Amino acid sequence: MLIKKASDIRSSEITPKSVYLGRREFIQASAAALVAAGVPSLAHAAQGGLAKLPNVRKSPLSTTETPSLYEHVTSYNNFYEFAPGAGDGPKNNSKNFKPRPWKIRIDGHVAKPADYDIDEFIKPYALEERVYRLRCVEAWSFVIPWVGIPMADVIKRVQPTSSAKFVEMTTLHDVGRFPMQRTDLLQWPYLEGLRLDEAQNPLTLLAVGLYGEVLPAQNGAPIRLIVPWKYGFKGVKSIVRIRFVENQPRNTWQIMAPQEYGFYANVNPGVDHPRWSQARERRLPSFVPNRKTEMFNGYTDQVAHMYKGMDLRRNY
Amino acid sequence: MKPITIVKVVCFAAALIPAAALARGLYAALVLGDVNALTANPGDYITDQTGTWTITFLTIALSVTPLRRLTGWNDLIKLRRMLGLFAFFYATLHMLTWVVFVNYFDVPSMIVDVAKRPFITVGMATFLILLMLAVTSNRFAIRKLGRRWQRLHRLVYVAGILAVVHFWWLVKADITLPRRWAFAIGSLLLFRVWWANRGRLSLRS
Repeated sequence: MLIKKASDIRSSEITPKSVYLGRREFIQASAAALVAAGVPSLAHAAQGGLAKLPNVRKSPLSTTETPSLYEHVTSYNNFYEFAPGAGDGPKNNSKNFKPRPWKIRIDGHVAKPADYDIDEFIKPYALEERVYRLRCVEAWSFVIPWVGIPMADVIKRVQPTSSAKFVEMTTLHDVGRFPMQRTDLLQWPYLEGLRLDEAQNPLTLLAVGLYGEVLPAQNGAPIRLIVPWKYGFKGVKSIVRIRFVENQPRNTWQIMAPQEYGFYANVNPGVDHPRWSQARERRLPSFVPNRKTEMFNGYTDQVAHMYKGMDLRRNY
Repeated sequence: MKPITIVKVVCFAAALIPAAALARGLYAALVLGDVNALTANPGDYITDQTGTWTITFLTIALSVTPLRRLTGWNDLIKLRRMLGLFAFFYATLHMLTWVVFVNYFDVPSMIVDVAKRPFITVGMATFLILLMLAVTSNRFAIRKLGRRWQRLHRLVYVAGILAVVHFWWLVKADITLPRRWAFAIGSLLLFRVWWANRGRLSLRS
């Protein structure tokens, strides 16, 4: 009884969803009327309307910072499979995306390689809510209450062999579901990778939801990676394959522009992107840089030990 | 009223629409507190918009002379200065977004930007050219500069090319738009080259 009540409180408490949600539809229906009234109305349309995730535990790894607006987190996305560039393109172009049926393959150097149905894959693990800072390489940031499973738990279960030094993760390649994969905008499918110890870090999460609900398509449904001390592009979305490998895998943005994006992509205010400074960031929806960017996005205590002795200027 | 006067008034009003839309967005965001008026990232949104309108008006201004040549409607020349000044107007707003939204008045950081980042260097050069053309666009300067005025104002093509370079270098992966502007401005430049050499070629044949 008590437990049930606690879980009820959680999502509404952590989740000050935008009161403007649903406004988009309203605008489309009667743009002129709304402009004339000039009103950000329709209060209390507070839910994203997606399935709620049950039995989610809170985590001590969460930040106490205020989460960003749900409306912003789900309408300002980089997801090149749906649309190029940051903005509401991914939201608008993913309306018909179906995250089921979904298979996920675990293979490479593991004792238990297997193909799973996504729901079977998630089932053995306890869902946790992790409120993390998300720092995009393009100098803006959000605070997002993710729901997911610790990657370390998954790794423990599938038992990598001693040859496994890295983990490579792959986005679904399906031009029927991802329209931009018909173009040569990026090299498809999207690839990302982590060192095994990075993947096993307690912060590393396989997210299946945000704000207490399942992931919207534009945020990487049905399952995506979250590594909060790295730039956002490391968080590969809509994962269909997790492969344990011996050599450092290639990652998509490094393939596209190796002088600008590296394998590690740790948040680092001291190492600028060639085209802009990384010293500060906009905690959206700010017009201007309103925060100093923190080393490892403020997760130094949990992750710095993994990079001891490494030249982070070279390994950007 | 002469037809060109009507066209000029209509163009003037139309050219203010993008600025009015941004002003309305700013009012909604800052005064009414509508957090979605200018997207989650209003700084980037306004920077993108003003940049797009700069290159748009630059292209429109560059197309006045070719259009005049093709149609024979010489009065069109009366639109050119106004359209060029609108390009400068949006370029100024665009430059200010860089001062405020990107660097937040941090002068050392702006110096680093201009010195270290080629797309900013090129953008700044474009702005300085447009500034120079804008301040010499009045009757006094035209009279004072005489023949040199036309030579100076041919720099508008350099500004057009640099604007495309600036756009091309700043996009991350999707070059669709810069490619389109390169095509537009390149075609207008080619037209000018072709027109200048037309007489010579026809004499020879």
